[in-house]
Amino acid sequence: MSPSAGSKGPFRHDHGGEGGELASLAADFRTALGSSAVITDRAELRTYECDGLAAYRCIPGLVVLPETTAEVAHVVTACAARGVPFVARGSGTGLSGGALPVTDGVLVVLSRMKQILAIAADDERAVVQPGVINLDVTRAAAPDGYYYAPDPSSQQVCSIGGNVAENSGGAHCLKYGFTAHHVTGLEIVLPDGSVDRAGGRAPDPVGYDVLGAMVGSEGTLGIVTEVTVRLMRAPQAVQTLLAGFPSIEAAGAAVSAIIAAGVLPAAIEMMDALAIEAAEAAVNCGYPEGAGAVLVVELDGPAGEVEAELADVERLCTEAEAFELRVAADAAERALIWKGRKSAFAAVGRISPDYIVQDGVIPRTALPEVLRAVEAVAADAGVRVANVFHAGDGNLHPLVLFDASRGETERAEQVSQEILALCLEYGGSITGEHGVGFDKKAYLGRQFSEVDLDVMQLVRCAFDPDGICNPGKVFPTPRLCGERPGRRTGVHPLQEAGLADVF
Amino acid sequence: MPTSSELAPGSVKELSAALAELVPTGPTVAVRGAGSKARWALPPQLAEPDVVVRTTGMDRIVEHAAGDLVVTAEAGVPLASLQEQVADAGQWLALDPPESDATVGGVVATAVSGPRRLRYGTPRDLLIGVTVVLADGTVAHSGGKVVKNVAGYDLGKLFTGSFGTLGVIAQCTFRLHPLPRAMRVVTAHPDDPADAARRLGPTGAVPTAAEWDGSALTVLVESIEAGADAQAEALAAAVDGEVGDVIPAGFGERPWSSGGIGLKVTHRLGALRETLSAINDVLPAARVRAHVGSGVVWVGDDGADLSGLDTLRDTVDQYDGQVVVVEVPAEAGPDLDVWGPVRGLEIMRRLKERFDPANRMSPGRFVGGI
Repeated sequence: MSPSAGSKGPFRHDHGGEGGELASLAADFRTALGSSAVITDRAELRTYECDGLAAYRCIPGLVVLPETTAEVAHVVTACAARGVPFVARGSGTGLSGGALPVTDGVLVVLSRMKQILAIAADDERAVVQPGVINLDVTRAAAPDGYYYAPDPSSQQVCSIGGNVAENSGGAHCLKYGFTAHHVTGLEIVLPDGSVDRAGGRAPDPVGYDVLGAMVGSEGTLGIVTEVTVRLMRAPQAVQTLLAGFPSIEAAGAAVSAIIAAGVLPAAIEMMDALAIEAAEAAVNCGYPEGAGAVLVVELDGPAGEVEAELADVERLCTEAEAFELRVAADAAERALIWKGRKSAFAAVGRISPDYIVQDGVIPRTALPEVLRAVEAVAADAGVRVANVFHAGDGNLHPLVLFDASRGETERAEQVSQEILALCLEYGGSITGEHGVGFDKKAYLGRQFSEVDLDVMQLVRCAFDPDGICNPGKVFPTPRLCGERPGRRTGVHPLQEAGLADVF
Repeated sequence: MPTSSELAPGSVKELSAALAELVPTGPTVAVRGAGSKARWALPPQLAEPDVVVRTTGMDRIVEHAAGDLVVTAEAGVPLASLQEQVADAGQWLALDPPESDATVGGVVATAVSGPRRLRYGTPRDLLIGVTVVLADGTVAHSGGKVVKNVAGYDLGKLFTGSFGTLGVIAQCTFRLHPLPRAMRVVTAHPDDPADAARRLGPTGAVPTAAEWDGSALTVLVESIEAGADAQAEALAAAVDGEVGDVIPAGFGERPWSSGGIGLKVTHRLGALRETLSAINDVLPAARVRAHVGSGVVWVGDDGADLSGLDTLRDTVDQYDGQVVVVEVPAEAGPDLDVWGPVRGLEIMRRLKERFDPANRMSPGRFVGGI
């Protein structure tokens, strides 16, 4: 067994390249899974060198595409036996480099595990394989009047397995919560290759909340091979309102007023003038002309409640100086309103050659202050920032625009980092939904103390004592599993181990 | 049996210092809030802990950020006091376990829930940040005070329902909800509650709770005034019920009495009928309170006969369900397995070994002898 991966970092495992452990694993996998499930050709491997965050690239040592739980277990067991690290990947749409491969390791691509195993309307559950696309769960449940609530913007392409790893949210998580609130059961291949289950279709599984530990662990605790999710009844009524405001401050005031009035919309999204300009250029969404900011507010639920709340929201927006209100008359108009918002990330490509998507969270009430500060930071650095965010829960997605060909990359990265510092200064978080992954691991230590991270590491060590499961992600510095956090007071080891008692 | 000594820290810092001081002597430690669930699923004849940590002195509400719908409270704050304080801003922590003197730390440590879980979920769903203290005094945080946050592992979920076996939950931050401003109560007496339950969803109404007590189905609509009548009438029409505005006595209360049998039975939602029938087969005189639509049935029986427990476990296992003996009859022998079989026990043992390597935090209190 090679030394623990955690001690050496993600890129410096010594497993002998072509002729060593990887070659022997490739041969093993070809025998067990068939040749079509194993990729070793360098040009083909390159396809997997990054996930949705292309800034980090790393060609995997070996790619394997299992189709069953038994195959995943076989792959992981073989890796564990040789001390070879492995990384799980779904659709590869993650934005934090969480599925960034390891050079001397195995990339386990789960896109072939895409069966919907059950739509159990009576149980209000769906049972799916990890490679199933998010939106396909809703499509499969719709005939029974149900849907799957978490709706990340990438829902047409992202996989449920990836959603579980990242605890994905989406525009509607303000009211309905994140993936963690919608997963009731998992089948897990643990980093030693053993297969375990947590939860199922029933609620409140007895014991520690292993589901809670797994969801959002960014692929560092094991590979999920089956997911049971809650299905929700499609709401009786949905209303979508687009409101144009003269300024971000005015739109921010409207958000605060809506929340203070006790209204809980399904979604409240905000875009600033630059983001609107980009969206218009890309998809002609027809947002109010001359707006300093727009809000998209969606209400859903029982018809009478939604009608009354819509009237409240319209009034509150008008009181906050909205100069144009537009309520979607039908599904097509609703789709157009959302198109502008959902296209925003890609759309900034129309107005800027390069951009960085940032993801940070602040307490909602700090929104106007933080946005002013972001503006100041951007102005100082001489770059533009387009703001798109889930305003209801304070989740900012600033898009830092720059031109790499003019040498602006460094300044843009600086601004992006300063935005995270602002989030922390205001008591928020360095990530609301994209995850820490590879990209933000250096920042986790700014949000949490060393001791906090040491204690989190205890979870890692319980699942993956050898540090071979998605190594080099989430945590800033490699930690060994032998160390204990906190104070040391010179206790006799036997006492500490509970073997001796002084009483 | 020797009486436990008691620690009553007044702050997280004092708690940490007190636990660190215990390290050289290595006593076993149990955590207690109001003690309302101290005997909840307590394995019979479990040794008394050497030391009891009382959290009731840690009773500060640290911060209520009303505009952000977030509250941070020390573990010893009574849930009722917290509710009173946030109600001033028209808000509430959407948890309604019936144990009236429970502390927020106790609610989280035992993961208890009440009828309104149908709409709002359980403690794990509303806890957004936590401070925990391990057996050696180490203080750690996870989560934070924003609802949307995926930075780092979620220790809050791991500690929720851990019954003090991983460490002490010292401080909690919760997401709040606006207090509903209107309430309607639909009461029906269906012959088959499972059939009635299926009729609720298609009405388009979104009830906050639906409770079956063996003869009456009580459905709550808690919302804004507009549309409350329409929701209630649609629900009443679906289950042949009547609309009122008074919650009946005993609503949401546990159906057992001290010294008898109390069970928590879970099941997949589509198997309510089969689950109620299995309970009736084993304990024909039992009282039931089912969170219809949530998959939880609470069972109370005045007797002490648990001979049918294994049969009941085998039956509900077919419906993904589990049976926990929550109220343990006084006559129960040491062989009674209050938690029952558990999936994924191996990984739970490994978690316990990492967080509490000296096995001092309530040893034997939890599943599989953890």
